[in-house]
Amino acid sequence: MSKVLVIAEHDGEILNPSTSRTVACALALGPEAVDVAVFAEAETKPVQAAARLNGVTRVLLVEHAANRSPVAAVLAPQVYALARDYTHVLAPATTFGKDVLPRAAALLGVPQVSDVMRVIDRNVFERPIYAGNALETIETPPGIVVATVRTASFKAVPETGSAPVEKISLDFDCPTHTRFLRVEGSSAGGRPDLQSARVVVSGGRGLGAKENFDLIYALADRLGAAVGASRAAVDAGFVPNDLQVGQTGKIIAPELYLAFGISGAIQHLAGIKDAGTIVAVNKDPDAPIFEVADIGLVGDLFEVLPTLLEALPKGGS
Amino acid sequence: MKILVSVKRVVDYNVRIQVKPDGSGVMLDGVKMSMNPFDEIALEEAIRLKEAGKATEIVAVALGPQAVQEQLRSALALGADRAIHMPLDTAPQPINVARALAGLARRENPDLILMGKQAIDDDCNQTPQMVAALLDWPQATFASRIELNDKSATVAREVDAGLEFLSVDLPAVISADLRLNVPRYPKLPDIMKARRLPIETATPEDLGVEFVPEARLLKVAPPPKRQAGRKVASVDELVAAVRERGLLS
Repeated sequence: MSKVLVIAEHDGEILNPSTSRTVACALALGPEAVDVAVFAEAETKPVQAAARLNGVTRVLLVEHAANRSPVAAVLAPQVYALARDYTHVLAPATTFGKDVLPRAAALLGVPQVSDVMRVIDRNVFERPIYAGNALETIETPPGIVVATVRTASFKAVPETGSAPVEKISLDFDCPTHTRFLRVEGSSAGGRPDLQSARVVVSGGRGLGAKENFDLIYALADRLGAAVGASRAAVDAGFVPNDLQVGQTGKIIAPELYLAFGISGAIQHLAGIKDAGTIVAVNKDPDAPIFEVADIGLVGDLFEVLPTLLEALPKGGS
Repeated sequence: MKILVSVKRVVDYNVRIQVKPDGSGVMLDGVKMSMNPFDEIALEEAIRLKEAGKATEIVAVALGPQAVQEQLRSALALGADRAIHMPLDTAPQPINVARALAGLARRENPDLILMGKQAIDDDCNQTPQMVAALLDWPQATFASRIELNDKSATVAREVDAGLEFLSVDLPAVISADLRLNVPRYPKLPDIMKARRLPIETATPEDLGVEFVPEARLLKVAPPPKRQAGRKVASVDELVAAVRERGLLS
């Protein structure tokens, strides 16, 4: 039977929704136990949030001063120390999990499975390659399975559980060669998180200028939505890079995705494959985004966006 | 300062790949191959550090069959000082690439290893982190800005929450994200010159590297096709269509 260790992603205040989705992937393994490791300086809110996730057996609180703003070099040896009691170690395929988990896998001397989309068996997984233009099914060799989870492919678990919390102190060599300096904040501006938002409004090169993105922000605020962007819009400097949706940006799975002035490069489509409904507005009727859009409107976004704002009731959906 | 840069041979990013009908992989026969775009960015950064007088030597390394020498020649044409080919029948998976690169790093003693954050074929995004782990060096992944000091580097990393800044002691492994720089094109005379430059070889055995068991590929399949929906003629129709799906109140 499988015993799964899930590495929690949090910022000391909030348990990142990616953790819940990773627990969902863990449960797909049909495990006898799912433990969530929370690395923190001291007991924090994310510990209780992790305990509420349905299906979690135990929450392991690993306290260490270096876990205040931990870097991968500090976390990996701790994951390594815990991992030996488990058959599987999972982390979300966010920038957090992508940074930490391969480092832990290398310490364990096992390959890592990146971006699990589907669990077929306890050691057989489906994952995307070539920006999602093909899916490979792979079988891991004997030993601990280390994998990151494509969070867009799993639904968050309900939060009605009450798992016990155990404090763990680990004996590990804590490196000092890497120092966290600071994070320069997200550009969300109080809007929902791009990766967990129910509705995302995205703009592309078609917006033409940074100021024109105000139309996207206005619609997002009307809908209570997160704002995204294509790589072209980011490269053109219209918006900061943390809004980028795509193979090299964020992979998202909102219920509703509204794309304005986005042509639909493979790179971008890789990031929205799991969206529930895709709505596209583009003046080019041959734009590739129309090949995947559920609802398409050929038109000038500078006419469509203001009209759309008029048509929608104020005060959100 | 010596910089080691790894370059992977991958299907060119402009190629629309096709899955083989028998599900054994993707079609590679006659397909244009290139240097992995993220590795080009890593190499460009190394070249800029050398041009700025901060680096003295750039060593490019590639693993795999004879054909990977093509990418090493590109690296030499762009400005690498030396090229090392690690001959292998097939390209290993990240854990073993990392073992080979760590073995080479122990012999070459670079001050910095620069790598692309991920290869655009397997999209694994693992090797730099694994190399750093095996050497017990600092890592700074997804770098969009690197400031090199005497014995350390300050790196801006592109993370989900924005930009994270780290200070790492050297030697370190840094992986390049898209916005680190825009790579240059090689000049024709440099391409001609690079054809005549030597390429060194080093085998995993030479370096005392042992490979571990890898994951087994069972099949490759095309993704389920998303059906194109319908076109609407006006904003009102658009709003109605979205409401029909229960997505707007």
